[in-house]
Amino acid sequence: MKEAREFIMKCVFILTACVSIAAVVLICIFMFANGIPAIAKIGPLNFLLGEKWKPMNNIFGILPMIVGSIYVTAGAIIIGVPIAFFASVYLAKFCNEKLYKILKPAVELMAGIPSIVYGFFGLVVIVPIMQKLMGGSGKSVLTASILLGIMILPTVIGVAESSIRAVPDSYYEGALALGATRERSVFFAVLPGAKSGILAGVILGIGRAIGETMAVIMVAGNQPVIPGNLAMGVRTLTSNIVMEMGYATDLHREALIATAVVLFVLILIINLCCSALQRRSGQ
Amino acid sequence: MEKDKFTIKDLNLFYGDFQALKKISMHIPEKEITAFIGPSGCGKSTLLKSLNRMNDLVEGCKITGTLLLDGEPINQMKNVNLLRKRVGMVFQKPNPFPMSIYDNVAYGPRTHGIRKKSELDAIVEDSLKKAAIWDETKDRLKKSALGMSGGQQQRLCIARALAVQPEVLLMDEPTSALDPISTTKIEDLALELKNQYTIVMVTHNMQQAARISDKTAFFLLGEMVEMNDTETIFSKPQDKRTDDYITGRFG
Repeated sequence: MKEAREFIMKCVFILTACVSIAAVVLICIFMFANGIPAIAKIGPLNFLLGEKWKPMNNIFGILPMIVGSIYVTAGAIIIGVPIAFFASVYLAKFCNEKLYKILKPAVELMAGIPSIVYGFFGLVVIVPIMQKLMGGSGKSVLTASILLGIMILPTVIGVAESSIRAVPDSYYEGALALGATRERSVFFAVLPGAKSGILAGVILGIGRAIGETMAVIMVAGNQPVIPGNLAMGVRTLTSNIVMEMGYATDLHREALIATAVVLFVLILIINLCCSALQRRSGQ
Repeated sequence: MEKDKFTIKDLNLFYGDFQALKKISMHIPEKEITAFIGPSGCGKSTLLKSLNRMNDLVEGCKITGTLLLDGEPINQMKNVNLLRKRVGMVFQKPNPFPMSIYDNVAYGPRTHGIRKKSELDAIVEDSLKKAAIWDETKDRLKKSALGMSGGQQQRLCIARALAVQPEVLLMDEPTSALDPISTTKIEDLALELKNQYTIVMVTHNMQQAARISDKTAFFLLGEMVEMNDTETIFSKPQDKRTDDYITGRFG
């Protein structure tokens, strides 16, 4: 009786595990089955390195979108990571308890705000400011970078803070006992121990930024051209899919799915980099 | 005539409402090994941490009484970092930083403003030699310190403490996490180092105190019961409680 029950439970566990894995597998199959033939039809080089995206004329080059995604993601990292880094150090090591009780939930709340709300905020607040400062429509690489930079803060802060907290206090005390100041103890004895965790936070931030769609669409301008400067509009891989999926048919539709394949591979590469880096720092 | 490094008079220490140390008075002589012994929770580590003000980190910690280093009141020193440079500390659990052996030892000197590579090289080599670990580390200075054995790590921590050229070395049960062979090495090292440094060591291990210390102080429930030459403490203790403790009747 007992054995039978154990056997049944074992099956249940295996089943639930399989369901979640099956989801990933099915997504992969769907994407690759639809995307790869499209890439083959267009020609891999024409698709990946083509600078023109004109679905009406059956020209499908997604280089502008690849470059666009990389630009806004890089911009978000440049803007967001320094802020997140110092914020997490402050929260973990310098903040008094009273303030922490306010700041920590605030950061967590940031993570819970839907991205469309961030988009609205960008559209109503950041875009007009950029319009005044840089001219043009105000929807640009820079605007998208700033907004994404804000959006990745809670992700990066959360992971970085907990990894700083996970560093044993003995490092901190050891440095103090050598006559180091608090700042020096934190930055040069504690933080080296949190390096890999902070890096993991940054990579999660990259993943968040590159995958973000709605907020970016609202502030990026969405022109499918490689932007020449920061004030020009840009279209990312994600926005390319969302904007045209509604009415696309045939090869156009498949080209959009192929865009998703490229996005998927990019994120896969990022994740692989992340685990490789962690393995190296773990040694 | 021996000189006192630390002079302690009527020292009381409170953690909030709890009095951890009660009216401690003692003299710690220069260039000798002074051992603090006593059962867990008797306040010996607390007293040790008062000597370089590591207790400042504990919230609600209050100290009254006199605590002098070379005649200078420790708790009124403006620059606590300078105090900790003079009074180094080795912790119970080896705590090398997550960086290379070289950077571990160079951390202190760099903190105090030494940047020149040649100077740092000399200090690192000298400190590692003093801590009797140079031969084991000279070929792997750039390797992570976390890859060493516990005993090696502890000697590295001693080297790291020596690198800032302290006058005093506080050791908080430095061998309690180590195997017997490593323990012997650390003890030999302490005997070697007392020629140049004043050493104050907290230990749970009475044989250790008897083997290497010159003076021993016995603590119980926040009070210092007795302090004397180590030989006297272990052969003719004045106080009944000391006698009970060292003969193993409690603790």
